[in-house]
Amino acid sequence: MRLAAPLHRLLELVDRPMAALQRRIGPQRFAWIFLLPNLVIFAVFTYLPIVLNFVYATTGGLAVLPSERPFVGLENFASLLDCRDYLDPSSCSKDLFWRSLFNTGRFVVLQVGFMILFSLITALVLNREIRGRGFFRGVFFYPVLLSPVVVALIWKWILQREGVLNAWLVAFGGEPVQWLLDAGWSFFWVVFVSIWAHMGFYMLILLAGLQAIPKDVYEAAEMDAASPWRMLTRITLPLLMPTMLVVVVLALIKGVQTFDEIYVLTGGGPGSATMLVVQYIYETGFAAQPRLYGLAAAASLLLAALLMILTLLQLRANRKSYRG
Amino acid sequence: MASLATSGVLDLVTRTRGKGRLHWTDWLAYGYLLLGLFLMFGPVVWVVLSSFKSEAQLLEFPPTALPYGQVSVAVPGYPEPLPLFRVRMPDGSLREVAQIRRIGIQAQMVDPAAPETILRVDIAGREPVRALSLATENYTALFERFDFLRYLWNSVFITVTATLIMLLVNSMAAFALAKYDFRGRDLVFVLTIATLLIPPTVVLVPVFLVVAKLGLLDTPWGVIWPGAATPTGVFLLRQYMLTIPDELIDAARMDNASEWKIYWRIVLPLAAPALAVLAIFAVMWRWNDFLLPLIVLSRSEQFTLQLALNSFKGEMHTQWGNLLAMTVLTLLPITLVFGFLQRYITTGIATTGIK
Repeated sequence: MRLAAPLHRLLELVDRPMAALQRRIGPQRFAWIFLLPNLVIFAVFTYLPIVLNFVYATTGGLAVLPSERPFVGLENFASLLDCRDYLDPSSCSKDLFWRSLFNTGRFVVLQVGFMILFSLITALVLNREIRGRGFFRGVFFYPVLLSPVVVALIWKWILQREGVLNAWLVAFGGEPVQWLLDAGWSFFWVVFVSIWAHMGFYMLILLAGLQAIPKDVYEAAEMDAASPWRMLTRITLPLLMPTMLVVVVLALIKGVQTFDEIYVLTGGGPGSATMLVVQYIYETGFAAQPRLYGLAAAASLLLAALLMILTLLQLRANRKSYRG
Repeated sequence: MASLATSGVLDLVTRTRGKGRLHWTDWLAYGYLLLGLFLMFGPVVWVVLSSFKSEAQLLEFPPTALPYGQVSVAVPGYPEPLPLFRVRMPDGSLREVAQIRRIGIQAQMVDPAAPETILRVDIAGREPVRALSLATENYTALFERFDFLRYLWNSVFITVTATLIMLLVNSMAAFALAKYDFRGRDLVFVLTIATLLIPPTVVLVPVFLVVAKLGLLDTPWGVIWPGAATPTGVFLLRQYMLTIPDELIDAARMDNASEWKIYWRIVLPLAAPALAVLAIFAVMWRWNDFLLPLIVLSRSEQFTLQLALNSFKGEMHTQWGNLLAMTVLTLLPITLVFGFLQRYITTGIATTGIK
């Protein structure tokens, strides 16, 4: 607490004017003073941007200031959604948007599916009576804390042409592979690396769910001489279902928003093989010349609609899990 | 007798808690965990090892596991230490000699024990003598040639300031929502929690405009303020403050304490555990933050470590040595925090479900 001494002195300095303020407005209304900073920041950096997003999405031109932008109605949305065949990105006028959308769909299905599978297996293993359980829990969780840039650079170093993975491949008689320059492989590694980086989080939540299952259920099953496999499929998994549902939807919401680690690892390449929607928004609004704010805002509103649906799913999953 | 002893030791090492012998599923479980240990820690260990290799050694293929360096020896009569080579002599013997200089495909060598005679050796017949050595030049170059300390300072400044502001602002709001009864309280609470539904990626374009309009582009404040109020923080602190008994606050009011004094003298200290958990999260969020700094900070002297790493990736295409050293220095603080606070972090996440 000694470290906080300067902070204390600062707060003490604030004390006198605060007391004077309280005498003027009364103790009950003082609650608004406590709320004020938080609300102002929310208003400026969250609520206002939501409104502005609609303004940007319905205006065109290259100006940054909304007042200088001509109103174009739904033109941005129309050009994003302009496709002759919705299953074929190259028939769309914004083919990159559709490619990134398809990539995101493919990425999310693979990433969430395998990530939940591996986190479940890991959580089941760690839920056993095992030595060094805390240590291994930490091991699987550690990559979650690493920054996306660090994660991407670690794997870039391993996957580069003269990297350690190719060295092993050669040692076992194979040919070196340009992992990140081949469309198929680079998609595989993007999914792999993002599972590597995030599965610890979901493992932890599933583990908490497993440990919340009452022990006496298992004791009763053991009395009935139930096999371990039967206990897993008839007791553990059904009782874990509510947690599982929450975890899946959470992973979907996060998965759709994936950007950082892929952007640093592959830059969306080769070509646009690993470009996801958020990177499309970033490229359109900030990296490309000219910066098309309107198009980027329209794309982000479409993304928001998708996330809203997933969030509603989550709320339903939550409600179910509370009911038990 | 011996086999009995080894099986005893084996049993002692591998015994599970509670039950006696290892079931085959236990072996499977340990195998899985060891594989996990290798997959999860291996890449990080590999990067740390590689960061201590010299630039020349980083280009080697296949790479050696540990960092090696060529041994050099001081030879009387030569001002600089000379690199040591293992050479097969014409008579078939192997000798360790130091190289003076290389001329075409010939090298002038000298035996450190007999520095008077100069030997001429075909360069194809020599092999460097190497020993384990940590090349620290990747790290020292960061401080000498690259502006590492500036990026570090930018990151530390943003992380510390943003965390303090967030704790203050969020705890004030949480106190109001937890301990006051006023009209509109529930509405404010719902509006706060509702912002959880708006992921930062969705409002990227307008946040950029707001930051630009406020004149905060290319300043650390442009990164600090947009994330200063978090719904997660308000929610976490409010739930915790609900458990503080109202009697404590009422008693303080009886003693004529001002509301502000009640907040920082009574409520804040009592909420310390929740504040600590939130502080750990905030530090991790800010230290690892990427997308917001990426759009707000465009001048390299304002870069955080994450942005610097990202931009170096492009610029220093062949200079993996410096890039690896910088990666290690960037992951070090988070690793240390995790090492010391592992239990808090994992239980904090398991109980709150945030990261």
